[in-house]
Amino acid sequence: MKIKVAQPGMLTTVQDMGRWGFQGKGMPVAGAMDLFALKSGNVMVGNEEGAACLEVTVLGPTLTVIEGEGAVVATGADLGFSINGISYPCNNVLKVGEGDTLSFSGMKGNGCRAYLVFSGGVDVPVVMGSRSTYLRAQIGGVDGRALVKGDIFITGEPHILWRRFVDFQCPVAVLPERRTGRPLRVVLGPQDDAFSPKGIETFFSEPYKITESADRMGYRLKGAVIEHSGGADIISDAIPLGAVQVPGDGQPIVMLADRQTTGGYTKIAVLCSPDIAEIAQYLPGQEIRFQQVSFEEAVSLAKQESDQIIKLRQSVAAWITRIVPPMSECETEILMTSGTWELSVDGETHTVSWESLDY
Amino acid sequence: MEVGLVLIEKQWPKIRCAGDSCVVIEYGDAISLDVNGRVQALRRTLESKKVSGLRELVPTYCSLAVYFDPLAIDFLRFFPLINRLASEAESDFIGEKGRGVIIPVCYSFEFGPDLQNVIHHSGLSEEEVIKRHSSVDYYCYMLGFTPGFSYLGGMDESISTPRLVEPREKIPAGSVGIAGRQTGIYPIDSPGGWQLIGRTPLRMFDATREPPTLTDGGLWIRFRPISPNEYALIEEQVSHGEYTLEMFDKGEVPA
Repeated sequence: MKIKVAQPGMLTTVQDMGRWGFQGKGMPVAGAMDLFALKSGNVMVGNEEGAACLEVTVLGPTLTVIEGEGAVVATGADLGFSINGISYPCNNVLKVGEGDTLSFSGMKGNGCRAYLVFSGGVDVPVVMGSRSTYLRAQIGGVDGRALVKGDIFITGEPHILWRRFVDFQCPVAVLPERRTGRPLRVVLGPQDDAFSPKGIETFFSEPYKITESADRMGYRLKGAVIEHSGGADIISDAIPLGAVQVPGDGQPIVMLADRQTTGGYTKIAVLCSPDIAEIAQYLPGQEIRFQQVSFEEAVSLAKQESDQIIKLRQSVAAWITRIVPPMSECETEILMTSGTWELSVDGETHTVSWESLDY
Repeated sequence: MEVGLVLIEKQWPKIRCAGDSCVVIEYGDAISLDVNGRVQALRRTLESKKVSGLRELVPTYCSLAVYFDPLAIDFLRFFPLINRLASEAESDFIGEKGRGVIIPVCYSFEFGPDLQNVIHHSGLSEEEVIKRHSSVDYYCYMLGFTPGFSYLGGMDESISTPRLVEPREKIPAGSVGIAGRQTGIYPIDSPGGWQLIGRTPLRMFDATREPPTLTDGGLWIRFRPISPNEYALIEEQVSHGEYTLEMFDKGEVPA
């Protein structure tokens, strides 16, 4: 598909899983803020899990399909996605084609970032192993910047069976349960020894408010002062995704996708992977709390999140192999075999399992 | 949080947990060639082994961050492996000799609008400032902050100059500056408060090049003063992809 940007929205950028492998050269990772929304969206339209999509922030863009057709799904927060003025729920795969207009009416209250995922992914050049836009160095995406009015981009080669993904609706059970008010889970370290016992207690017992200084790089929080036991600064070291830095003023900063690779502030804790996607949906003014988990518990949370993606794959596989009246475009016949399905479309046989969709 | 799977009796290395997908191996708490040499040695050891599930390594002044996929590795086996390699790398350490890169720099009032400040602050002549800045070999401890930015050690303290009171909004890529006792090169256009004394025609960072940076942790850097004419010539060669980076062998570690 060829897609034209009629209105760019507040901040719409191309993002994938991020630019890994160059943090040692000082290159930030970037990538989608809500990685679960990116991965799940890609699975729903038959893409590789890490294919590039549009990250839409608060006020969405208006896009027009000017050539071709394909599947699209909006994941992450509900920003009021609609096609030709008719609104559709999130996580519902839809077919779009030439002349269709995709737009967003506004936030519906469950977060600030939506992901618009097209079958075939957004096809912009790969820079240092990724299509992610890193705004500060003007790298990746469309000319290293957010979309502007008049931009035209294309989507990649879609899955050969993309039409069969259309109308899929993601079961609610597969989506992460995100409730505001639930504490965000963290693993202590790497510099928890730089804080007094009182400082650590404060961190886990007090609420913190997200300030206006909250962007793709990180969220500055405001609340009770977290007390250091000695100096607040360290000799610069690496900053992992989700690290909670505490500078000398005792006010935490959660480091997110566009964080710098290294820094000299003490890090009291690091958010668990699923909760990084969760905080990415929060807005300034919202309050958060932190809860300690062990390293082992954190790994098991990451495992649970990946199990959700596996369940989603199973659900998608069941959907695309469903027995339906023949589609207008093709003659379809399904032969059920154990564990995998054989799908015959237009006289060609495709093997489908939840692990992979071979063709 | 220190990873408590293996009892480490020595003070260093310290293995620290940084979330569910990163561990940090720390070799000390001071900026020194000795500590960083161990960091770089462990990095080389890990790079030479194909550890499945290992995502990337980030060497810094005193530590090596090891990013991994917690679902692809069995951490009960992974942490002891890291611990063993960390100790092995330490015993392999024989001092950082290694290679260096030569960065041509045109020191001038045009490319270095703060050269006068450094002259004034140090009380030295223009020639002497340039000589002292370009006659030592700098050790690149790490890259970070912005893509391709090198943290260099070894600047002559007689030319150290405080940062500008008001930072500039945009400093052109390649600008060479002094900030307190540090010196460095801005790899991309960015804001900053360093005292600018010159500029290199080389592209310190280029996303389309492999590798994208000219420097790396563990490498040495030597600045070579060039004339405005040579600057223009090299700039031309760089733009056509015809410039060959000059390298040198660092014989020994300066005391």
